[in-house]
Amino acid sequence: MSRYVIGRIGQAALVLWAAFTVSFILLQALPGDAILIKFLNPELGLGPEQIADIRASYAADSPLWMQYLHTVANFLTGRFGYSIHAGVPVGDLILANLPPTLWLAALGFLLSVVVAVILAALSALSPFSWLRSFIQSIPSLFISTPVFWLGILLIQVFSFQLKLIPVINPGPWQALILPVLTLAVPISAPLAQILMRNIDHVLTEPFVAVARAKGASHRWVLWKHVAKNAVLPTLTIAGILFGELLAGAVVTEAVFGLNGLGGLTQRSVNDQDIAVLQAIVVFSAAAFVLINLTVDLLYPVFDPRLRARQGALA
Amino acid sequence: MTGLNTIGRSLLRDDADILKSPSPPSRRIVFGAAWLKVVKGIRPGLVLAWFVMAIVVLWALFPQWFTSYSATVGVARQQLRAPSAEHWLGTDALGRDLLARIIYGAGNSLSGAFVAVGVGLVVGTTLGIVAGSARGRIDGAIMRGVDVLLSIPQLLLSLSIVILLGFGILNAAIAVGVTSIASFARLARSEVVRVRASDYVEAAFGSGGTFGRVLLRHILPNSLTSVIAFAALQLGWAILTISTLGFLGYGAPPPTPEWGLLIAEGRNYIARAWWLTTVPGIVVILVVLSANRISQSFGKVTA
Repeated sequence: MSRYVIGRIGQAALVLWAAFTVSFILLQALPGDAILIKFLNPELGLGPEQIADIRASYAADSPLWMQYLHTVANFLTGRFGYSIHAGVPVGDLILANLPPTLWLAALGFLLSVVVAVILAALSALSPFSWLRSFIQSIPSLFISTPVFWLGILLIQVFSFQLKLIPVINPGPWQALILPVLTLAVPISAPLAQILMRNIDHVLTEPFVAVARAKGASHRWVLWKHVAKNAVLPTLTIAGILFGELLAGAVVTEAVFGLNGLGGLTQRSVNDQDIAVLQAIVVFSAAAFVLINLTVDLLYPVFDPRLRARQGALA
Repeated sequence: MTGLNTIGRSLLRDDADILKSPSPPSRRIVFGAAWLKVVKGIRPGLVLAWFVMAIVVLWALFPQWFTSYSATVGVARQQLRAPSAEHWLGTDALGRDLLARIIYGAGNSLSGAFVAVGVGLVVGTTLGIVAGSARGRIDGAIMRGVDVLLSIPQLLLSLSIVILLGFGILNAAIAVGVTSIASFARLARSEVVRVRASDYVEAAFGSGGTFGRVLLRHILPNSLTSVIAFAALQLGWAILTISTLGFLGYGAPPPTPEWGLLIAEGRNYIARAWWLTTVPGIVVILVVLSANRISQSFGKVTA
């Protein structure tokens, strides 16, 4: 068991290192030079020597492999470099922009879970097959909807037509309602789909037939036997959901003009601020790897059947 | 040389004849089966999906058939008109006909999506086939690379590539394509591994088929159906993602008509002109839904 854990952690570290290298190659090998773009601006009135000094301070002149080792060492010691555009440490920038995104993502995720569970429950309990297939087609509609369009539509309807939420100076909670709703829709779709598929799958298992044979009602079977077994496999898409949440946050923050990690990402792309973008990429890869690692390690804890299988293998 | 070639060719032909008998699903039958599935499953939803796709493809190819207005030059004193008999979907802030911009935009959005799917399909499927056929160390190396690609959230990966290549619709399309390489590779590899284990492939090898030939005649055609279904699914996803990049300002520059950009431009007038954002979004949803529905009709895809 512990060998499995160590191996799995090593694998995660390897993927993370490779993701770091990929992002480094992608972003540092790029033709544009953000330092020159910013400091060659004639209004700043900097001479060539001063620019050379600035370049040296960003270590932009050393060979690529030196820069790579430099960046690896810095990341390992918690120094993520300086934003070329804002001139402040990237770590501070990310920390400052994290809270709004965390709130948005956490609330959006909560709401998406609620929506997905309601959809799955409705589809499992619906007495008519036409209603069932209608409910089951809702997630594919959600997936096909552009997130930014949904946000704009919500502003249009709730702020301009119904005038329920003020556009200018809304309260802190009011300002979050529409973004959270916007973010929850695309996240709830894969959740609802996997829940529905799992419920359908578990309903065909022998133990359900046994419960039915003992005289259990449909509802009893769903609650006592199916629900637990259908929820567990959704853990496996946690990593994918995290990526969706992040992408959704970038787009949602762009639509609603929020200043979070998404807004920071967009600004760093616009300004070609590589240090910031690379830190964001590495952090999100780290989060993805950590989430998957946690799921892999916790899964046997929740599912005794898996534990038994691993014991048999070891 | 010529003589040798003829002998070689006749040998190959014999080889092919031998191979044909123990393996029922040859290439033609597989495609036939896929079509039969499509024809058998005629349902209103699927017909509608093909209809939507056909119209959008026609828009992309012959936009001038569908509208007499220009997509880039506006009409003076006709700004922000609501939908009417003259302008079916209204006009934008520069007096340009919205329907014309949507119709001409189909070319940009569709060609972008096709480039994206092409990149993912060609590169990803090749990697997957190589990994699935070579097995061993090469397989391990390729699939670890795929894991790394999957660990970076897709939007961030495509933004990194867009920053590298520069803004523009072709670059955005390539970026979106690169992010789908990993899933194509996974699917192609699993298909190759699955087909490889089947009896008729064993038989083809047993009757003296060379590796390349078995791959071409048996493994590839039988892996293709799910890859095509997945490509159709990816087409819808690519349209969605390219429009997202366009909305964020990394795709086509104005005044190019592109669906994501149309919505971004209409955003400044949501209080006065609801049609500018609402209608292009509905078009995107319809096209993406259609692509998904068509993909479904090719069979269940799990990737």
